[in-house]
Amino acid sequence: MSAQATQRKISTRESPGVTLVLVTVALIYLVLFLGLPLFAVFYEALSKGWTLYWKALQEPDAWSAIKLTFIAAGIAVPANLVFGVAAAWAIAKFEFKGRSLLITLIDLPFAVSPVVSGLVYVLLFGAQGWFGPWLQAHDIKLIFAVPGIVLATVFVTFPFIARELIPLMQSQGKEEEEAAVSLGASGWQTFWRVTLPNIKWGLLYGVILCNARAMGEFGAVSVVSGHVRGMTNTLPLHVEILYNEYNFVAAFAVASLLALLALVTLLVKALVEWQAKSSGDPLH
Amino acid sequence: MSHFKAHSVLPGFNLALGFTLLYLSLIVLIPLSALFFKTATLGWGGFWTVVMGERVLASLRVTFFTSFVAAIINAFFGLIVAWVLVRYRFPGKRIVDALVDLPFALPTAVAGITLAMLYAPNGWVGQYFAAHDIKVAYTPLGIVVALTFIGLPFVVRTVQPVLADVESEVEEAAASLGAGRWDVFRRVIFPAIYPALLTGFALAFARAIGEYGSVIFIAGNMPYISEIAPLLIVAKLEQYDYAGATAIAVAMLLISFALLLFINALQWWSSRRGTR
Amino acid sequence: MSITIENLNKQFGTYKALDDINLEVNSGELLALLGPSGCGKTSLLRIIGGLDVADSGRLLFHGEDALQRNARERNVGFVFQHYALFRHMTVFENVAFGLRVKPKKQRHNEAEIKRRVHELLNLVQLDWLADRYPAQLSGGQRQRIALARALAVEPKILLLDEPFGALDAQVRKELRRWLRRLHDDLHITSIFVTHDQEEALEVADRVVVMNKGRIEQIGTPDEVYAKPATPFVYQFIGNVNLFHSRDHAPWTQQHGDAVAYVRPHDIDISHTPQDDTALPVEVKLVRAIGSIVRVEVAADESCELVEIELSRERFDATPLAIGDKVFIRPRQFRVFQAGEKNEFSAA
Repeated sequence: MSAQATQRKISTRESPGVTLVLVTVALIYLVLFLGLPLFAVFYEALSKGWTLYWKALQEPDAWSAIKLTFIAAGIAVPANLVFGVAAAWAIAKFEFKGRSLLITLIDLPFAVSPVVSGLVYVLLFGAQGWFGPWLQAHDIKLIFAVPGIVLATVFVTFPFIARELIPLMQSQGKEEEEAAVSLGASGWQTFWRVTLPNIKWGLLYGVILCNARAMGEFGAVSVVSGHVRGMTNTLPLHVEILYNEYNFVAAFAVASLLALLALVTLLVKALVEWQAKSSGDPLH
Repeated sequence: MSHFKAHSVLPGFNLALGFTLLYLSLIVLIPLSALFFKTATLGWGGFWTVVMGERVLASLRVTFFTSFVAAIINAFFGLIVAWVLVRYRFPGKRIVDALVDLPFALPTAVAGITLAMLYAPNGWVGQYFAAHDIKVAYTPLGIVVALTFIGLPFVVRTVQPVLADVESEVEEAAASLGAGRWDVFRRVIFPAIYPALLTGFALAFARAIGEYGSVIFIAGNMPYISEIAPLLIVAKLEQYDYAGATAIAVAMLLISFALLLFINALQWWSSRRGTR
Repeated sequence: MSITIENLNKQFGTYKALDDINLEVNSGELLALLGPSGCGKTSLLRIIGGLDVADSGRLLFHGEDALQRNARERNVGFVFQHYALFRHMTVFENVAFGLRVKPKKQRHNEAEIKRRVHELLNLVQLDWLADRYPAQLSGGQRQRIALARALAVEPKILLLDEPFGALDAQVRKELRRWLRRLHDDLHITSIFVTHDQEEALEVADRVVVMNKGRIEQIGTPDEVYAKPATPFVYQFIGNVNLFHSRDHAPWTQQHGDAVAYVRPHDIDISHTPQDDTALPVEVKLVRAIGSIVRVEVAADESCELVEIELSRERFDATPLAIGDKVFIRPRQFRVFQAGEKNEFSAA
């Protein structure tokens, strides 16, 4: 998107003064809202030295939060991956009635406040919820327990992979698949040998974004978690507890882990975009 | 079957669509429908009482007002950022470009505590405002800051590709006809990117309305002043007032849908005007 | 392998893509389906290949029902309009694909696959490109790889959808001759779809002219050109002049309200009336194009232009200049009732 953009002709260029002002305004805005907070996280985390930083990260509660975060993401991402591929296969490779309605419904979780995403599961599985009494009678705890956290995470990350794959697979059409079938390939052979290699970058892209959101989700998880230290705390929830206890160094230390995750996400995302572009299958 | 779906030689349609619908229903549709069934138990009168409660009204006002202001800020600066990223070359541009997505990748709680710290009266940024007797953190202004952060990528990312697609030939044509640079922007470029700008605005606005994690740390959460609707939902839940929480949630959803419909209509109207 | 098509119908919504198609394709024949876009030719090809289903009718391969068999089982090689090469596979792997996905029992060993792929790549004269990816090939090369890939599974029938449609004129001409020679060597029953009459006439053994889901004419290239069966075929293949009986052209008058179709090269032009049916016209344009001279004339009483093609020798025998008053008379023409002329739809 920048190759043709940078070489502009005289007649369609602003004066150097205007250019300078615009670039300066943009950079100040970005530094103020993006650069400064990012820097501040690490600065605060290390403000009392490395020793305290390491100590904060070695707390058992921090460790159990890390573990739970990985469990939630470890279930939500693969589940939404399988869903995303299935949905994209059905929507992009076939023509049927209600396709656009289905796409809209898949996007629904993006339109819902994270807090509401948690709320709906409380309404279903909470003590006063639809299935509450039945669950209690069978001694199953979903809300204020790990399953609730996983469910809420699955909900908020639901559309990520599907909405990445659907337009990609639509733009690729189905001729290659038809060619494979006419050459005698079975359905699975067609999928594994033709479709999957074509969408691998888009798939990876979706997985990265899905994972970042799954590990970082706060609102939805907060509602269903019950905030039991060492039991139902994910990393973002642990940050909140530490912060509210005025344990700022520890809070920012844990936050710095999540900020690191964000940076890695951005890096891998940029790499995937670049790789996809250079292999001739741009993502967007 | 033949009327529902066009024939295809590719296999797996029933399996893929079946799984899609099952998973969609279990994870999204059934839980969301619980929202409306729960509200129904309140009855129309009960719903109205909850939503018209003074504290609820105040929180809705705060939520929608701060979200709107943040989205406006993002529309303005987002357009400048998109412009700069598409049109100019400067050192570190690729890093800046990648960094624009930070609010998508950074967990909201992290953003929340960091912004709260930066904009507190003794914080790095807050102290300069405090010197002029302006409080940012723990006021609606703080909420605007947080919502501006989380909405930042939307406008940039929707405008960027459209701006890159504006053919320089059109601009050259305008220039050759004697239009000044500002005229070219106002009459040629802006109309082309206006629908995308509106989309970005709508996305940032919608995202801001539901936002929770980044706001609660910086908002101060004073009832009637800086308490957002999602927080009130959580508060009601903690008091086991499920019906009350649900009523607020439904009210929020309805208002957002109405607003998005309005923006969609606006967009449809403006794009129709553009093609005529 | 011969193909028999009986009463085939296909409808998309309210639009009839194929309307009662009957067609016999002989074993080893190279057949062209020719028609404007939207005439149903690609639908017909896809149904034969098993990529689409017909609403009703029969399709027989060598007398056996083929509609019951799905695309995998039909043993048909299909070459797609945009080639549909697997973009993430090398040329070698593209061609090898059909061999690799065979059921375990029928699958050849790696050495045999390698031998066959190289044999095919040699056949299409592109063995040196085996390690390239489709994106690195020219259009003509992609076309030949697509063909090699389709041939790899040793199909009994070869189907080609607009095989030269996306190529530029020079490459197109070369590939046409090459395809013809290849077919003469391999003798696979082949059907190709095209909207280019020149292509159909030059390459095919027989041409099927289609329009609006119906077959207008089946015949050898010479037949469809020299003896068009319908006004549509007349207009679609080659240039034609129309003479309405009510305006001029006395030679059509015994047919009532009718239109005469005359090829530009079937018109005699002379400074003196040939007989009492000759039309007096004025020369409006004279232009030499290579070996022929194109002359446009208009009758006195109308401004409708008539196009005439003369050979150089003929032109030199009767030189013409703009503004000359001359007489024309068709040597050969065909008359259709006026109502029929609406058959034509633009290509």
